Amino acid sequence: MVKGFVKYVVRRTLVLYLTVLLSIYVTILVANMGGKVDEIIIGDIRLRIWDQVNRNPVYRSLSGAEREKIVNQMVENEIKRLGLDKPFIIRSFVYLKDAATLNLGRALFMNSDSGSRLVVNIILERLPATMMLFTTAMLINFFLHLFLGLHLSRRYGSFLDRLVVTLAPTSVLPGWFYGIILITIFYTWLHLLPPGGIVDVPPPKDPLLYSLSVLKHMILPLMSWIISGFFLGVYGNRTFFLIFSTEDYVEAARAKGLPPRLIEWRYILRPTLPPIVTGFALGLIGSWSGAIITETVFSWPGLGSVVNTAIQSMDTPVILGFTVIYAYLLMITVLVLDVVYGLIDPRIRVQFR
Amino acid sequence: MSAPGAEFGLKGVVRELLTYKSGIVGLAILGFLVALSLYAVIAIPYGEAIRLWRGQEAMWIDNPRTAAPEWVEIFVGKKLPRTIRLDSRVPGAGVSKAEIPLPGMNMKNIIIEFRFRFDYDELPSEMNLFYFANYSGVPPYIKLVWKKPSGAEFELIRYSLQAPDDRLYVSISDAVLSAALSYYTEKYPVNVSDRVTVLKLLFGRVTPKALESGDFEVEKGEYVLRVEATVFDRKDDLNAKLVVYGTVYGIAGTDHLRRPLEIPLLWGAPIALSFGLTASLITTFLQMMIAVMSGWYGGWVDSLIQRVTELYMIIPFLPFLIMVSVFYKIDIWILLLVVIALSVFGGGIKGTRALVMQLKESPYIEAARAYGASDFRIIFLYIIPKILPPVVPGLIGAVPGYVFLEAGLAFLGLGDPFLPTWGKVINEAYTNGALYRGLYYWVLEPAAMLMLTAFAFAFLGFALDKIVNPRLREL
Repeated sequence: MVKGFVKYVVRRTLVLYLTVLLSIYVTILVANMGGKVDEIIIGDIRLRIWDQVNRNPVYRSLSGAEREKIVNQMVENEIKRLGLDKPFIIRSFVYLKDAATLNLGRALFMNSDSGSRLVVNIILERLPATMMLFTTAMLINFFLHLFLGLHLSRRYGSFLDRLVVTLAPTSVLPGWFYGIILITIFYTWLHLLPPGGIVDVPPPKDPLLYSLSVLKHMILPLMSWIISGFFLGVYGNRTFFLIFSTEDYVEAARAKGLPPRLIEWRYILRPTLPPIVTGFALGLIGSWSGAIITETVFSWPGLGSVVNTAIQSMDTPVILGFTVIYAYLLMITVLVLDVVYGLIDPRIRVQFR
Repeated sequence: MSAPGAEFGLKGVVRELLTYKSGIVGLAILGFLVALSLYAVIAIPYGEAIRLWRGQEAMWIDNPRTAAPEWVEIFVGKKLPRTIRLDSRVPGAGVSKAEIPLPGMNMKNIIIEFRFRFDYDELPSEMNLFYFANYSGVPPYIKLVWKKPSGAEFELIRYSLQAPDDRLYVSISDAVLSAALSYYTEKYPVNVSDRVTVLKLLFGRVTPKALESGDFEVEKGEYVLRVEATVFDRKDDLNAKLVVYGTVYGIAGTDHLRRPLEIPLLWGAPIALSFGLTASLITTFLQMMIAVMSGWYGGWVDSLIQRVTELYMIIPFLPFLIMVSVFYKIDIWILLLVVIALSVFGGGIKGTRALVMQLKESPYIEAARAYGASDFRIIFLYIIPKILPPVVPGLIGAVPGYVFLEAGLAFLGLGDPFLPTWGKVINEAYTNGALYRGLYYWVLEPAAMLMLTAFAFAFLGFALDKIVNPRLREL
C-alpha cells in the first residue's frame, strides 16, 4: 500500500509540474505576442538611443553617417544585453528554463519602489500590501461565512435565514463595484474615510499613528470585499451544511440525544472538512495574487497594480515572473491537498490497494 | 408552487417563475432592459451612436459641462438653471436684430438684442457668445451692453472680431470682469473679494456686502444682452448666438466633454445584455459539451480534458485577459471571443462530468446501448436533455459576472475603443475626479444600470435554481 501511495504522489507531482510548465510556456507565448513585443521593444531602444546620441554634446561634431554607425552599434549592444538577438522560438525555451528554475531576471522598464530592477524584488516588495488587504479580507470572509452558515443551518426558516436567502443575489456585484459605491458614500458624501492609497500623505512619523493611518485606509477596501461576498457566502455554506445535516447518521446522533454542539462539530463539520479545507487553501493562494481592479479603484499599491502596470508597459519579465510564482504556489497547494486527502480520505485510499 | 414533475417546457418554466417573487422581479427588470435596448438600437443606430459619442466639440458645444440631470432638483429643493440658447439666425421670442445704415458711408450698424428671463436659484455655469460674421474687408467692431433686471446697465467689452467664427467666453473673460468690476466699484467703493467672478457680477444681486464677501444671491428677472456692431461694408452681415449654460441637463446630465450621458446609458444596455448573454450561453454550452465528452468517452479523452482543466486553473484569468486586450487593442466582440476561449475549461466542467458518469450507468442508457443507439443519439437525445435543467440556472446566474467583467475592463481603460458602455462612463467619471468633485450622478447612473442588469439575472437565476433543483425548495 505504501508503494501504491508513493506511486500516486509521484504521478500527481509529475502531472502537475508538466501543467505548470505548459501554463508558463503559454504565458511566454502570449506575453511576447509570439515575438512581436520584441519588435516594439527594439523600436523603443532605437528611438531612445538616437535621442541620447543627438542630445550628447560629445557626438555633436560627428557627421550623420558616423553618428548612425555609433547608434547602430549601441542598439546592437543593447539588443544583446536584453538577449533579443536569437530567434524567438529558441529564446522562448530559454525563458521557460529560466522561469522554471525561478531565475526571474530583470525587468525591462519597471523599477521596484526601492529602485531595484530585479523582478523578484518588484514582486516581493508589493506582496505585503496585497497580503495585508486581501488575505485579511479572505480570512474574515471565510470564517464569517463558515460560522454564520453553520449557525443558520441549525435554524433555517427563521427571519435571519430568510433574510440571507433573499439578499444572496447582492453578491453578484463584484468587490470593486461595492468599492466605488462605498467611496461615494464615505468619501464624497460623508467625508469620513480616504478614497484610496495605503497611508496618509505625508506619512506620519510615529509608528503607532502610521499603523492607525494604514488601518483607516484599509476600512473601505476591506468592507467592499466583505459586503460583496457576505450573503452568497453565508447562503452557500448554510445550504451546504443543511444538506449534510439531513443525512441519516446525523439524525441518528440526534435521536441518541447528543448535545447539538457535539453534533455540529463531530457529525456535520468533520465530514464536510475536505471541501472546506480545499476552498480555504485555494482562497488563501488566490488572495496573494491581489485584485487588479479593486487595487485600481482604491489606488492600493499591491501586486495587482504591479501586474497592471507591467501589462500596460509590456514589461514581459514582470508579467512572466508573476505567473510563474503564482503557478508554483498553486501547484504546491494542490499537491499538498492531494497528498493529505490521499492519506485521510478512505475513498481515495482504496485506490492504492 | 406547482406539482412535482412539472414539465420543463418554456411555458411551464415561465409559469412557475411567476410563482416566485424574485422571478417576477427578475423578469420585469429584464423586460425593461430589453425594451430599453430595442429603443436604443432603433432610436440611435450603431453608427450614429459612435458618431455622437466620438463627435468633436462642435457637436455638443451648446451643452453645459458636467451638468447634473434635471431631476436632481427634487433632492436639492431649488430651481436649477437650464441652458438658455438664443440665436439671431433663428428668429423667435427674445431675439431681435436691426440693421441701421449709416448715411453717407458704406457702413451700417447691426444691433442684436437677446432678452431672456432668469428665474433660477443658482448662477449659470458658463456663458458664451458665438459670432457668425460675413465680411470681406475690415472685421466688424463690436460693443456688448448688459442690462440687469434691477435696471443697471453697463458695457462689457468693446473689440474687433478676430475671425468670422470668433467667440467670446464671457464667463472667463478678463476684459468683461474688469469692466463689470469697475462699474460696480465706482458705485460701491469697497474691498472686492477675489472670489468674485464674471457670472456673479452679471447674474448676482450686487451689494457692497456681497462684493466684500464674494457670496451673491441670484437676481431674478429679465436680462438683456445687446450686441452693437459696426460693419464696414453694406454687404457684410453679422449674427450671434448666446448660450447661458445651466447646471442641469436632460434626464441623465452631461460629462466633461458636454456629451449627454443618456447616449451611453441607453447604448450600454444592448451591449451589456448581448455581451453577458452571449458569453454565458456559449461558455455554458461548450463547457457542457466538453463535460459530456469527458464523462461519456472516459479513457484518454477524459484525462486530456482533465489536464487541460488543470492548466486553465493555473493560468491567471484576469491578467491574461488584460494582457490580450492591451497587446492586441481589440474591440468588444473580439474581447468576447477571448473571454469565451479563456473560460471554456472553467469550473463548471467537474460537476457536469460527475453527473454524466452517473447517468452512463443508469438502466435507460444501458437499454439504449443494447438496441444499438449511436453515441451521438445517446448524447444528444438521452443525456443532454437530462443534464440541461441544472445547467440553465447556472447559465443565467453567470451573466452578471460577464457583464461586470466587461465593465471592469472598461474601468481599467481597456474597453471597446469606440462604443459607449457603462463601464467606460464610470472610468471617465473616475479619471475626471467625479467622486472628488461630488458629481454623484456621473458615477451613480451607470452604476445603477449595472446593478439593475446584474440583479435581473441574479433573481432569475435563483428562482430557476429553485424550480429545477426541488431539493433547494424544501431548504
